[in-house]
Amino acid sequence: MPELATLAVGDELPPITRTLDRLQLVLYAAGSGDFNPLHYDPDFPQARQIGDNIVFGRLKYAALGQLVSDWLGHRGFIRRISASYRGMDRRGQPFTCRGRVTALRKKRGQCIVELELWTEGSDGRRTTEGTAEVALPLCDSG
Amino acid sequence: MAESIEITPEMRAQIGVESGPWPYEVTATGVRAFARGVGYTDPVYYDPAAARAAGYQHLPAPPCYLGTPAFLPGHSDPVFSTQPGADPRPRYGLTQVLDGSTETVYERPLLAGENLVGRHRLVDMHVKQSRTLGAMLVVTSEIRFCGDAGEVVARERSQRIFY
Repeated sequence: MPELATLAVGDELPPITRTLDRLQLVLYAAGSGDFNPLHYDPDFPQARQIGDNIVFGRLKYAALGQLVSDWLGHRGFIRRISASYRGMDRRGQPFTCRGRVTALRKKRGQCIVELELWTEGSDGRRTTEGTAEVALPLCDSG
Repeated sequence: MAESIEITPEMRAQIGVESGPWPYEVTATGVRAFARGVGYTDPVYYDPAAARAAGYQHLPAPPCYLGTPAFLPGHSDPVFSTQPGADPRPRYGLTQVLDGSTETVYERPLLAGENLVGRHRLVDMHVKQSRTLGAMLVVTSEIRFCGDAGEVVARERSQRIFY
């Protein structure tokens, strides 16, 4: 949960590292309704061509949402969240969700926090890049 | 690998056309299934008592979850479960698809028990050349989600890549 009094540009969100097995990919298919076999069927031609099943882009997007949600601890409102999928993450290979505060401003009794979000593979290469805007109540630092 | 992709006048005519309304349900079961799929351990997305203790009347929708589109055989996409018209793939004969980007703008938080209505609109289509994938069709679309009173509650803009 962010400490509003000390929140500052450059602050990093506590990272989340995920390694998704086939079961987790199937659970996401069920939860999202996206049953594209690329993400869970090893014999699917597109998966064979790529070399393995790959993580749903939107799962990485939602995992960045989780990063923000876990950080907020239900104290704020996510007004906007975006991600673009720059590279593939394969099944069973760890990736880490990270975020950083890029701007803070006061607006009508709220603190608007801009975040930079990304996922990176174990080699540090960014596979997803995004941003979010969060409204927190009663900012002291603006 | 496609050498080139032509955006035909027929395809271009789809840009800007808004679909009819389609139901999207935010249910407790749907919230739990999505949270589980993403890997949340936060009980607020699973347990109504934990949700109440956190200040919500019902389970809140996790970020990036805008409800589950009602599935209707013969109308919904059988693989992606999307509403009719939201997946241009079969019309254009390209077989492979990847997500390019997604952005959601919320007007307010969403809670289990809400019945939303989504309207899909194709925003843009362009061809891009990839060194590894060849010619790709990049399709931008938007779904506008409305609540019970017709008020806009969220907009989701996404890019999908067909090749």
